[in-house]
Amino acid sequence: MRAARVLLRPVGFAGFGLLTLVLLAAAFGPVLWGGRAAAVDTGNLLAGPSAEHWIGTDNLGRDLFARVLVAARLSIVLAVAATAISLVLGILLGAAPMLLGRRLGRLVTSAVNVLVAFPGLLLVLFFAVVFGVGARGAALAVGVAGAPAFARLCHTLMAAVSERDYIAVARIAGVSRIRVLLRHVLPNVAEPLIVNATMAAGGVLLTFAGLSFLGLGVQSPSYDWGKLMQDGLNGIYVHPLAALAPGIAVVLAGLAFNLTGEAFAAVFGLGDLPGGARPLEEPREPVAATPAVPGTVLSVEGLRVTIPGPAGPIRAVRGVTFALSDGEAVGVVGESGSGKSLTALAVAGLIEPPVRVEAGHLVVAGEDLMAAGAHRRLGTSLAIVFQDPMTSFNPAHRVGPQLAEVSRFHQRMGRKAALARAVDRLRAVRIREPERRARQYPFEFSGGMRQRAMIGMGLMGDPRLIIADEPTTALDVTVQRQVLELLAEVRRDTGAALLLISHDVSVVTDVCDRVLVMYAGRVVEELPAKDLRTLARHPYTRALVAAVPDMDTDLSRPLAVIPGLPADPVHVPAGCAFAPRCPLADDHCRAVAPALVAGVACHKSTEVPV
Amino acid sequence: MSTLSFHDVRVRYGSHTVLDDVSLEVADGQTVGLVGESGCGKSTLARAAVGLAPLTGGQILLDGRPVPNRGRRPVQMVFQDPYSSLDPRMTVGESLAEAMPERLGRTARQAEITRLLALVHLDAARAADLPVRLSGGQRQRVALARALAARPQVILADEITSALDVSVQGAVLNLIRDMRRDLGLSMLFISHNLAVVRYVADHVAVLHNGQIVEFGPTAQVLGAPRHDYTRHLLAAIPGAVPLKEQT
Repeated sequence: MRAARVLLRPVGFAGFGLLTLVLLAAAFGPVLWGGRAAAVDTGNLLAGPSAEHWIGTDNLGRDLFARVLVAARLSIVLAVAATAISLVLGILLGAAPMLLGRRLGRLVTSAVNVLVAFPGLLLVLFFAVVFGVGARGAALAVGVAGAPAFARLCHTLMAAVSERDYIAVARIAGVSRIRVLLRHVLPNVAEPLIVNATMAAGGVLLTFAGLSFLGLGVQSPSYDWGKLMQDGLNGIYVHPLAALAPGIAVVLAGLAFNLTGEAFAAVFGLGDLPGGARPLEEPREPVAATPAVPGTVLSVEGLRVTIPGPAGPIRAVRGVTFALSDGEAVGVVGESGSGKSLTALAVAGLIEPPVRVEAGHLVVAGEDLMAAGAHRRLGTSLAIVFQDPMTSFNPAHRVGPQLAEVSRFHQRMGRKAALARAVDRLRAVRIREPERRARQYPFEFSGGMRQRAMIGMGLMGDPRLIIADEPTTALDVTVQRQVLELLAEVRRDTGAALLLISHDVSVVTDVCDRVLVMYAGRVVEELPAKDLRTLARHPYTRALVAAVPDMDTDLSRPLAVIPGLPADPVHVPAGCAFAPRCPLADDHCRAVAPALVAGVACHKSTEVPV
Repeated sequence: MSTLSFHDVRVRYGSHTVLDDVSLEVADGQTVGLVGESGCGKSTLARAAVGLAPLTGGQILLDGRPVPNRGRRPVQMVFQDPYSSLDPRMTVGESLAEAMPERLGRTARQAEITRLLALVHLDAARAADLPVRLSGGQRQRVALARALAARPQVILADEITSALDVSVQGAVLNLIRDMRRDLGLSMLFISHNLAVVRYVADHVAVLHNGQIVEFGPTAQVLGAPRHDYTRHLLAAIPGAVPLKEQT
């Protein structure tokens, strides 16, 4: 339960504790001390602190300590009421674009934007004059003045939610706008709203004290903390506590609201890392350092990647060993959660703590990445292409200088020379008018062009290994083909090796010499790409290939499916991870994990008919 | 089930024409595949049919009458991303119940939910689960069940397998074929994947730059394409033609 976690934090504990005290005072103050606070003692006017009156008496001899406690109710009630007015008005105004349609909604939103620009206090004073002095007027004024900020917040939150497909689905299903708002939108924006409202209540409390202090708020004979402060001000040099005590009450109550809000915000994930992940406590298993396979551009042994998770460590990659010779193209296929992308990231040296990478060795172009500082020495021997070319470029910089930066940093080239090389490389990846394109921003490039430019960035140096993680997944088939052709061409021209990660079996067979099939963090089969469709021996590989329809699939039969669910990376079974879904599995498979022998990790591989 | 027909449908955003006089018919009990590159207007066509994209010209008719774009639509849509199409705070059962056309009593509603989940090969116990407990493939089945819950006359499936893993994609495609066979669904099946469309569709329409450039029976369009663009698409499928290195 997330709400319970609020109390486990020091901030949450303090906030909730204070808030409970303040609310108790508000609830029971007038009942317990009401009589004392009203008792006039003419023999003890404006007295200082004494054993009988802890912080003295006022000009009618009433006990100030009791009055501060009694004032809690009115102060808190007014603050909560004003916050509630702000919240309700804010939700209504923020939801206007949803409820009123596009045109009227835009009008409301513009009005809100204008109001947000006004200083809050100015609005409060303006409305206080409009609604008249007194507790009710002040509550309305503070409430209305706070509405624009909430409206802006609601509008932003709701805009994000209303783009989700389930809103469209509900509309298609004929759910009315108001019901969509109540059932789908509000529950999904409630958490940040509540957090903000709690924090705002603290501020509102202070505003009220200010208003009453100025004489615009609560009027005699009622009194709140602000009014008490005003009364105490006359004697501040004689009896400072008379004015300070209600001030301290305001501070404490404000703190109570704000700390509670902070604690909620932290637990509900606003401005905090995903909470609850336990750091990796278990000691590292000793990994014997092994030498790299000679004559390879990439050599990995026993690679393990472990991610701390709330339910225990997630063993995403569990002992992967492979090597790439110079100029070789190797594909890694697998489904989501197979560990293929993390393998690529680990090989590229891009994984940072708290995620842990272990390996017997991890040598790229002669540099052991497990050693410190290896990444810098690696320089431009390694080129990386990611799935989403939009996020791999900095959107605020022009493309040419971003490419040039590689050469300026690694090859110590001058600005001009580096830019000239960038233009040359853009030409090499077949971007037309490279001089003009180099001056453009990433968003002016199409997806395919961005991916080419990314490859071009890899070519700024002299790469010996290109790691491409799903380089064409975000692209159309026609563009995908161009990018794959470009990769093949780059390999031919530079002699670089290629490690291609993909979920698409046909992409890998098109481009690669050799294929590694991954399942649940292990390589289950390794075979020549041309044999993938016909000569695969692992049941998973065969099922994976059969599940994908191609242009020759038999239309009269249902597609092959893999029963069951992928292995849970937190609780990987002891034996073969694929055993629960495998038609051939027996007790031995479930008990003993098969090793990768002669290209396949399966106890039953000899039984599979080829 | 009924016939959904698009007549000279035109959609423009400002000066940008997304759909340019598109005419297409999804006949009774048929599955029509709609293929094309991203940005060619595939999704816009489907969204226009359920009133999510405003028409600039033309009309969309269901059995000769305009498709209503208020209230419960007789045409239901299933979206690409199953992680975005289910309200994370509603259980599977609540999501299905919301889409049902009439307010049913408790037991009748439970029975209907069980029936719908069985249609998409899900266990009735799933009704009490929140979407977060379901895998991508299971979510997509719930999304299909929800579309069926509204008792639609036509279903629009917009890239419903592209966010799924390949092994799950197979199961969803099998389900689509089963449902068409058992329920006689009329369906517009949008996908960029020609092999997937070939597997589920009777007819194929090829959309290019907001215009339909080829339409016909699946075997004919994908087997003997007449338009250059269709040939271009077919040649781009990985494995179709050996990669040539650009010179």
